[in-house]
Amino acid sequence: MLPYKTHTEKIRLIQKAQLSLIENVEFFLSQISVHKDINAFNFLFDDAIDRANKIEQKIKEGTSGKLAGMVIAVKDLLSVKDKPLTCSSKILRGFEAIYTATSIEKLIDEDAILIGKTNCDEFGMGSTNENSAFGPVLNPLDKLKVPGGSSGGSAAAVAANFCDAAIGTDTGGSIRQPAAFTGTFGIKPTYGRVSRYGLTAYASSFDCVGPIAKNVLDLALILKIISGKDELDSTSSESNEIQFPSQNKKYKIGLPKEYFKEGLTEEVKTGIEITIENLEKTGHEIIDISLPHSDYTIAAYYILATAEASSNLARFDGVRYGLRNEKIRTFDELYNLTKTEGFGKEVKRRIMLGTYVLSSGYYDAYYSKAQKVRRLIKEDFDNAFREVDLIISPTAPSTAYKIGDTVNDPLQMYLGDIYTVSANLTGIPAISVPYQSENSLPIGIQFMASHFNEEILLDIAQQITE
Amino acid sequence: MKEKYEAVIGLEVHAQLITNTKLFCACSIKFGSPPNSNVCPVCLGHPGALPVTNKQAIEYAVLMGLAVNCVVNEQSIFARKNYFYPDLPKGYQISQFEKPICENGHIEVKTAEGSDKIIRIKRIHLEEDAGKSIHDQGSDTLVDLNRCGTPLIEIVTEPDISSAKEAYEYLINLKQIVTYLGICDGNMEEGSLRCDANVSVRKYGDKLGTKTEVKNMNSFRNVERAIDFEIKRQIEILEEGGTITQETLLWNADLNEAFPMRSKEESHDYRYFPDPDLMPIVIDEKWKTKITSKMPELPKVRRERFIKQFNLPEYDAEILTSTKDMADYYEAVLEFTDDYKSASNWVMGDISKVINENKISIKDFSISPKNIGKLIELINNNTISGKIGKELFEELLKSNIDPEIIIKEKNLVQITDSSELENVIDKILSSNSIQVEEYRNGKEKVFGFLVGQVMRETKGKANPQLVNEILTKKLKG
Repeated sequence: MLPYKTHTEKIRLIQKAQLSLIENVEFFLSQISVHKDINAFNFLFDDAIDRANKIEQKIKEGTSGKLAGMVIAVKDLLSVKDKPLTCSSKILRGFEAIYTATSIEKLIDEDAILIGKTNCDEFGMGSTNENSAFGPVLNPLDKLKVPGGSSGGSAAAVAANFCDAAIGTDTGGSIRQPAAFTGTFGIKPTYGRVSRYGLTAYASSFDCVGPIAKNVLDLALILKIISGKDELDSTSSESNEIQFPSQNKKYKIGLPKEYFKEGLTEEVKTGIEITIENLEKTGHEIIDISLPHSDYTIAAYYILATAEASSNLARFDGVRYGLRNEKIRTFDELYNLTKTEGFGKEVKRRIMLGTYVLSSGYYDAYYSKAQKVRRLIKEDFDNAFREVDLIISPTAPSTAYKIGDTVNDPLQMYLGDIYTVSANLTGIPAISVPYQSENSLPIGIQFMASHFNEEILLDIAQQITE
Repeated sequence: MKEKYEAVIGLEVHAQLITNTKLFCACSIKFGSPPNSNVCPVCLGHPGALPVTNKQAIEYAVLMGLAVNCVVNEQSIFARKNYFYPDLPKGYQISQFEKPICENGHIEVKTAEGSDKIIRIKRIHLEEDAGKSIHDQGSDTLVDLNRCGTPLIEIVTEPDISSAKEAYEYLINLKQIVTYLGICDGNMEEGSLRCDANVSVRKYGDKLGTKTEVKNMNSFRNVERAIDFEIKRQIEILEEGGTITQETLLWNADLNEAFPMRSKEESHDYRYFPDPDLMPIVIDEKWKTKITSKMPELPKVRRERFIKQFNLPEYDAEILTSTKDMADYYEAVLEFTDDYKSASNWVMGDISKVINENKISIKDFSISPKNIGKLIELINNNTISGKIGKELFEELLKSNIDPEIIIKEKNLVQITDSSELENVIDKILSSNSIQVEEYRNGKEKVFGFLVGQVMRETKGKANPQLVNEILTKKLKG
């Protein structure tokens, strides 16, 4: 076990020479090695120990950054210069990034130690981490279950004590749902708060980079560091600095009636009910609200996200980097053979779906209509946030599935995204807070807030955790 | 047979903008660098790299829009045009589709009959260029991505053009405008201006015929030839009772013929959709005003000013303003002489001859405007004769130094001393007594011969007016 709970405690221990940073990194590496079957990492960084050595010096000299010595795992969708970048896809086998993602650069600048690249669903497409060229990730809490996805490796690494925290990405719930399945904290920031530069795009207008951690303090600390306008990402924005810990406020919390109709498992329902009771007891106000277009969120999400994906993944063609079938003789073969061989089943399914909805003759019926629905859903949320500060829901309709359960039923997997995709469609921030029920795996309680109100998400998360 | 038909032509012109950097990254757009040296994660299409729009390119596109009387859209959006090709790293080109940056403008051109005609401009949009595929070096296709991401504007006309000649005139005008604006070098041979033509024909009064698209013309003359070819081809088909197939043809300049592209190459569904990586371009009044303030004097206005201000014939003004560089040179000469017409003559005559012979731009012409101005002044104040002026010009071509130094060193100063000239003339008259006799018998043509002899004797330095005066006096006296 680790002798500290939060990063602040860790720093203090190092300063007092009660913790050796090198031993700390070695401990993580040994855990990863002992629990190899969890398969959380695609690659480990061999310079982690070296960096630990240097940063320990800096901590003792008092010249270290805000994340000094925090051991962080990075989802393998993000570029780190001179390190492999595969997106858990065969198509990028052997590829090394030639630059570092802005969010990761910020971690490095604050003296975090990157320990490796975590497994994920290929290009972030999936909710179980079973769609990976590196094989599935096991849930450390129950190895017969999935860790969720697509940031399954990141969440598993945090839950299994392979690192202090991890960076994930969230396009339709890919940080929050694995956090829920593994009993960790995960936050999807407001779209634009964290630079996407260096995040391999799945669906550009949805993709967000965010942290997964063991406690709210570390989560807030990392989020603060990686936030900010980036000249290299036109969609990033100037935003208020996150003040945390904040003032322990009482909130108006909306409970959308559309979210509790059907498909919710008993343990999730119970968990939510108990949480709501506790919130009321501690002085928060629960208000029934309505999000009338909720039935269309999954459809709108999968049309728009796959449309963008079909274009975003076009660049993986074997011309400049990555996999290339050597038998090719013509241009057509170059594209056909490379992509056929390089992409997994789920990725191909989404590229085909996205290509279809953008095709001439179908664009208006699908893409344009889904854009309209996206606007309507945004309006639903704008209206709701006129009445309430926060919206509460489960993160996922159930606890972690058995491995193999959704492999032949992608629609079932897509429906599991019902609570998470709205935040991506609307760009608002959302957090998943673990709730441990007695006889089952943990569930996730999700809170959503209006744009750039991460502060109150962190505050409520901290309150219900205490 | 051709008289029964009229041609309906629309042009799509791509102009490469000469910005400092590419449209969506900080790479240089320099021509002629080693292959794949002006590249970065963005223009190489590396995973996670994102485009950031070059403001200068936006300003150039707006400047063009304003120059051709377009409406500048307050908001326009970038769209992705999806297709696969090895020189297109991202698998899509960032272009504009639904909301281009400028719309609804026009350019005036001179028709064959000499009247003015309005060619409407439908839209101007910004887009990035693709890389270059090189197919002729062995069996492999080589890809150079230096050009990839270079900013282009596409200028699309309405189908208002009715002959190949008009299309040619339109292009010449367009080239003049882009070079005056300094946003494109206008070189069609090097591909910095590219033109595709949509051509259809119809009998007068009929509804529009089926159009074809002609591509791959790499000079202004080739555009003219290709359109002429296509008009004739379509009329021949119709006259034989056939129908026109809507297709794309590629012009072959060596064979002077256009050939249909393989139909597979044109059956693209580009699946345009708004690029989620880029925010809409917003050009508010403030920015528009700032851009407008950078608008240089355009060719038409400058031409009219030259006629008025310098009292030049229309012909001179037309030629002098044909390129911005020439007009600038001309006005630079005028800083050193007030003889507008002589300056015009020098620029249009001797100077143009030299630059044409050497195939150089007037910008690279070796004699400075200052020295041309001085040269004109030296002639006008009788320091040298016009003939010596030509000699001095040749000397200046060899070395562009102060003309006054040259005439002193080479002893080219005009002889204006009448007693010195009288001596020379006396000598000429005595050694040409036969011609003198002929003149006195009424053969006045001989006068020119005698003047020539005097000039020869003085190596051209005699003041011609003075020679005339003295010679007349002596012959009649």
